[in-house]
Amino acid sequence: MTAPFLPLADVETTVENRPFWDALRNGRLDLPYCAPCSAFVWYPRAICPACHSGNDIMWRTLPGTGRVYSYSVVAKGSGRWKESGPYVVAYVQLDSGLVGVDGPRVLTNIVGDQPQQEVKVDAAVRMIIDSDVKNDAKLGDVVRNLLRFTLV
Amino acid sequence: MSLRGRAFIAGAFEHPLRTIPDKTVAQVHAEVAGGALADAGLTFADVDGYFCAGDAPGFGPLSMAEYMGISPTHIDSTETGGSSYIVHVQHAAEAIAAGHCKVALITLAGLPRSSGAGIAGAGRFGNSPEVHFENHFGMSIVAGYAMAARRHMHEFGTTSEQLAEIKVAASTHAQHNPNAFLRDVVTIEEVLASRMVADPLHRLAGCVVPAGGGALVVVAPEIAKSLQRHCIPVLGTGTGVKHVDNGRIDLTHTAAVQSGPRAFAEAGVSPADIDYASIYDSFTITVLVALEDLGFCAKGEGGRFVADGALQAPFGRLPFNTDGGGLCNNHPSNRGGITQVIEAVRQLRGEAHSAVQVPDCEIALAHGTGGNLATRMGSSTLILGRSL
Ligand SMILES: [Zn+2]
Repeated sequence: MTAPFLPLADVETTVENRPFWDALRNGRLDLPYCAPCSAFVWYPRAICPACHSGNDIMWRTLPGTGRVYSYSVVAKGSGRWKESGPYVVAYVQLDSGLVGVDGPRVLTNIVGDQPQQEVKVDAAVRMIIDSDVKNDAKLGDVVRNLLRFTLV
Repeated sequence: MSLRGRAFIAGAFEHPLRTIPDKTVAQVHAEVAGGALADAGLTFADVDGYFCAGDAPGFGPLSMAEYMGISPTHIDSTETGGSSYIVHVQHAAEAIAAGHCKVALITLAGLPRSSGAGIAGAGRFGNSPEVHFENHFGMSIVAGYAMAARRHMHEFGTTSEQLAEIKVAASTHAQHNPNAFLRDVVTIEEVLASRMVADPLHRLAGCVVPAGGGALVVVAPEIAKSLQRHCIPVLGTGTGVKHVDNGRIDLTHTAAVQSGPRAFAEAGVSPADIDYASIYDSFTITVLVALEDLGFCAKGEGGRFVADGALQAPFGRLPFNTDGGGLCNNHPSNRGGITQVIEAVRQLRGEAHSAVQVPDCEIALAHGTGGNLATRMGSSTLILGRSL
């Protein structure tokens, strides 16, 4: 496994969001979708904030493509990120894969080999599942994943 | 129920120091409380309402009531970040109008590295339901505001030079405030030449974070009448909440689009009636977007509105933050809010520095933006008058 582009994190999954992290481990971007509302639920949770029901929420796989809604090149990180920078924080508007349905705008990083100055609002991006393996004293080797994006 | 004229600000006090060695956060809360009560001509024994936010230590209002030796009949620890204290003025006016208290004390205090110690401090966010979808991407506070600035530039052509005008105006005012953390006047060129922290925001586009504090005393009309001090009537109040909205976040507006109209309607005035405005300035972009959302100009026109010294007192189109604001004067515990109200009170009393006192200042606005422009925020708008 190659080194991650940027720091990864220990994620505590919950009963509400576990399918998201399970899908990411399997190379997919899955989000909860409320069929009566024709809307994805972001951030992933068990209750649709539009109709306040959880009964009709199903998990759908998205294509993993999208466009940059906004971004910032951060010169230098702090805390766990103090060795990182410059790096790109962005909101990416996800393609939903469904006609007439917008994907959510999600916080993420734009990573990859292209120069950072090529990141622009509306630039097309595709997902990268950034991974590493962390050795945990109790759990042994734990694969960690985060949803990041790269310029197309 | 309209709050217009139902409560008055009788006392306002800003801690004069920006470095406060050898004191605790609780101690600074109590000191500024004493300052505001003395300003009003009241004492701790008169206090029957108490308001504080996440910067207060321990159990918030319970811990601080004990520390200060007060027994309030009404307490409130609403936490909306830096706008909390403007929300508190609204809630104090509501409590007074409902007869739940007559003398409401609001306090803020911060020492470097103290933020996050209290009831709604940083530790509280660890179990937020969104935490693993937002906190692992190195999004510093400034990066969030930078993304808002970037999107505003993209949609409306706003420029870094226009954003810098806001810092220039604040610094022009701060030179007259002997207590301000930064007193040097800066130019647009100096702002743009300062280190880029999170593109497009430079180091000089962000607020200071010194030690400090402030307090307000809000009283019932009959108390105001009994005091010698010039009491400032609350004319209008409004609060608004904006969040990620199920992935549909629009970075070009704030919750001021809700709080502003509510406050103007309650006061019965319009943006054109405002003689002086304290606008929360965690970053320059925070001011620009709020000016649009409050209706001082159309959406997208903020960049042109702030150009050419429009915000500079005493004769600009809309004199703002005449104490130097959070950009230059004070922003203790990463929070303004209370300092916005204090300077508005000074202006209405005619007690601002003579170089920045707005002539015939009759109606002032204090507006707070707490939380983060890039995720979720609480906005609060307060309109105050020289008299009813
Ligand atoms: Zn629904």
